[in-house]
Amino acid sequence: MKAWRQPAIWINLALVFALGAATLLLRRDTLRETMFTLLMYVGLASSLNILMGYTGYVSFGHIVFFGLGGYTGFYLISQQRWSLYPAALVGGLVAALLAGLLGLAILRLRGAYFALATIGINEAARAFVNNFQPFGGPTGMSINFAVYKEYGGPTQALWTTFILMWLAALVILVASYAVKRSRFGLGLMAIREDEGAAMIMGVNAPRAKTLAFIISAFFPGIIGTLFLFKNGNVEPGDAFRLQMSIETLVMIMLGGQGTVLGPALGAAAYQQLRTYLLTSPLFKNLHLAFAGLALLLIVLFIPAGIVGWLRARFPILRRVLE
Amino acid sequence: MPGNLLPSIVDGLLLGFVYGVVALGLSLIWGVMHVINLSHGAITALGMFATYFLFTALGVNPYLGVLAVAALGFILGYVMYHIAVRRVISAPYLSSLLATFSVNMIIIGVATAILTTSPHTINYSLGSLSAGPLTVQGTRLMAAAAAILIAAALQLFLYRTQRGKEIRAVANNRAAAELMGIPTTAVLAFSFGLGTLMAAVSGALISTFFPFTILTGDLYQSKAFVICVLGGLGNPVGALVGGLVLGLLEGVIPAFMPVSWVPVLEFGLFVLVLLFRPTGLLGAK
Repeated sequence: MKAWRQPAIWINLALVFALGAATLLLRRDTLRETMFTLLMYVGLASSLNILMGYTGYVSFGHIVFFGLGGYTGFYLISQQRWSLYPAALVGGLVAALLAGLLGLAILRLRGAYFALATIGINEAARAFVNNFQPFGGPTGMSINFAVYKEYGGPTQALWTTFILMWLAALVILVASYAVKRSRFGLGLMAIREDEGAAMIMGVNAPRAKTLAFIISAFFPGIIGTLFLFKNGNVEPGDAFRLQMSIETLVMIMLGGQGTVLGPALGAAAYQQLRTYLLTSPLFKNLHLAFAGLALLLIVLFIPAGIVGWLRARFPILRRVLE
Repeated sequence: MPGNLLPSIVDGLLLGFVYGVVALGLSLIWGVMHVINLSHGAITALGMFATYFLFTALGVNPYLGVLAVAALGFILGYVMYHIAVRRVISAPYLSSLLATFSVNMIIIGVATAILTTSPHTINYSLGSLSAGPLTVQGTRLMAAAAAILIAAALQLFLYRTQRGKEIRAVANNRAAAELMGIPTTAVLAFSFGLGTLMAAVSGALISTFFPFTILTGDLYQSKAFVICVLGGLGNPVGALVGGLVLGLLEGVIPAFMPVSWVPVLEFGLFVLVLLFRPTGLLGAK
């Protein structure tokens, strides 16, 4: 396929591959933790970008799929003694199924109404899990420590989850690129520009939107399971933080919505910035305010994000930045 | 058990009026400029803290303090409009959502650093009123009365004054209003200030009977979304009615199931109304 001969995607994949490989070679615990979080956000931002960047539907509820998928996977591991691999897959599938059902309903809403509905769904999901006894209600669940033995002890289990997160991030990038370059992706972008016109031109908008929603929800389900498995316990407050949805939005905006590299780059940049702010004694307490200020400046002055700005400013870069 | 139900219905309704004012501000901003103000809750919380400091540090009566809070809320909104909203008013709605949300992050971030997130309360009481099985806190009664007064004042302002008519004209058709010589930027900034004034004032009213932290505002913001959607976004009367419905639900639901189910039902209802009657139960205006 011609799309795969473009250098852009390979540069992108090589970057993420190198990050993970370097971590594996150096074998340092702190580096692994940093990279795990970074790759997690790369995955979350890139998957949300399929809905938000390509299709133009802003979701404040991306974390619902992270939370519910993760809860499902965690439930299977901790209560049903499943292995991590099928549990993560089922977590992703449950998130995708939920997205399919929700999407049929709320994707009929356009613009700000859709965004509002996703805020409502996020709150409803958290409140529901808080009351849902099989998932432990407000106290949540935890993994019996013995479970980690199956994965070669706790340390080895941490490395295994890291490798899985790394692979997931790579797969998400490939999927994101494949969607963007496909006929289906073109349909999504047509919907983003003008949904009515897209439908007249023969794009089956309801189906395409729902499918985009399903794809973008599948990955957070897997990521959620991996994250919670590594954590060892789960509470509704951890799994459904509206804050995390918003941070993911900030990352996409920072890097450039609608591009493949943008969300990954934005996730890395935001994560670095936050780590710096959190560890610096001067800004520690103000990190949220600084993140807000950064977001405001981006929205007001470079709404296309870093990658979008570079592409517009330096046409030559359009060959390598996708 | 009607004996138990009646007080909670009355409490819920009284609270509903105050919820209505929070939603009124959100609805006004949406109605005039089609911006969902995601910093509404943060400003509500600022209203609570302003009342708190006026009361504890200067000994100002909370109901007198409301006037100062209203002025501060208006100025804050006016400035905020010019800094954060004016540039994105015609951009895709994502920009205004994120711009107002970033203001929310800034306010919450700075306030958390200064005030921490520990709960504050205002020790102020107006005694209580009893009638048969019914006992109503004086502060709640005052809050409800103030809320009704504010809603009436807003209605009068929008229909009886020059500026109010200009606001309605801009909400109706911004380009046409501009052609008729209405200074739209000034009117939009004024309306935004009016919306944040409502947020700050409702915060001031709530702070007299509930403990609060800087994060509490987000809770009322979420409720305001639910209310606006129930009553129809951009419909001021709907906002008050929606507030009453929500207050009533909060009063009645705990009689039948654990309190923790209230948000599930509220947000479930919210999504359902969005789906089946996106113009609200009363229809949008």
